[in-house]
Amino acid sequence: MIFVFFLIFLMLIAAIAASIFKDLISAVIASCMVSLIAAILFYFLQAPDVAMAEAAIGAALTAAIFIIAIRRTERFEE
Amino acid sequence: MRRIVTILLLIIVALGISLSLAKVPFGTPKTKVGKYYIDEGIEETGAVNIVTSVVVNYRGFDTLGEVTVLFIAAIGLGVVLSTVRKKTARKIEPASLVLYTGCRLLFPLILVFGSYIFIHGHLTPGGGFQGGAIIASGFLLIYLGCRERRINRIASNLAESLGGLTFVVIGLLGLVFGGYFLSNFLPKGTANTLFSAGIIPIIYIAIGFKVGSELAGIIDNLIEES
Repeated sequence: MIFVFFLIFLMLIAAIAASIFKDLISAVIASCMVSLIAAILFYFLQAPDVAMAEAAIGAALTAAIFIIAIRRTERFEE
Repeated sequence: MRRIVTILLLIIVALGISLSLAKVPFGTPKTKVGKYYIDEGIEETGAVNIVTSVVVNYRGFDTLGEVTVLFIAAIGLGVVLSTVRKKTARKIEPASLVLYTGCRLLFPLILVFGSYIFIHGHLTPGGGFQGGAIIASGFLLIYLGCRERRINRIASNLAESLGGLTFVVIGLLGLVFGGYFLSNFLPKGTANTLFSAGIIPIIYIAIGFKVGSELAGIIDNLIEES
């Protein structure tokens, strides 16, 4: 139970970090972390199907698409 | 000023949502239909994984819609990117030895794992979407590690089309033999074995091929055209 609260705390920190980072690659990695922790939490809530989809799409493919887009535009905000 | 108003508004919305959700008991059955699926699902569909029996059998038509949405998104991406096509000969930097070896080692294992996930969709957690996403992430690894390699566009388009076609044809066969679209007309077999649950494994294999090739095609499009 304490572990779950720790994960939720980490997830909040990662979400806040994703919104305030100026380096967009770091922001993508932070949002990736949010997805990964969400997948672990889904597993603890006995939803392994959703956890699998979240880990594969949220953590891997979305991050890849964001990074490709960042490579074409600008890496730093403002 | 605007910031303060935004934060106040957010707090009010969050308070409203949390207050209204606080009364709902967590984890207890709230609807009758959910209990029906849990009690009767295995007997009616033959699939041990109840999520699969809902996704493919009871709500099969919604799944067809989901697959169509993904298909339209992939086509739209291809159309948008083909208008800005500009071939610049970019020099490809080779990946490091660790990444190259790791990718060559892991790629077949990822493919096998993804196939296992969608073939056993009616027995273990997972299914077509999850297996397809895992296979697509394997192709992403190939693009990272073996940079001069590309997927075969014709083969991936063929897999995608055949997957969608299989889904619709099986639905129409259900209309012919069972009386309604996507009815489970094949024999259910013994529950908990690989060859059971009628049309569910066939549809999930089709969805696995379709989603995997579609997502791999999206990544290929983005990397090629950018």
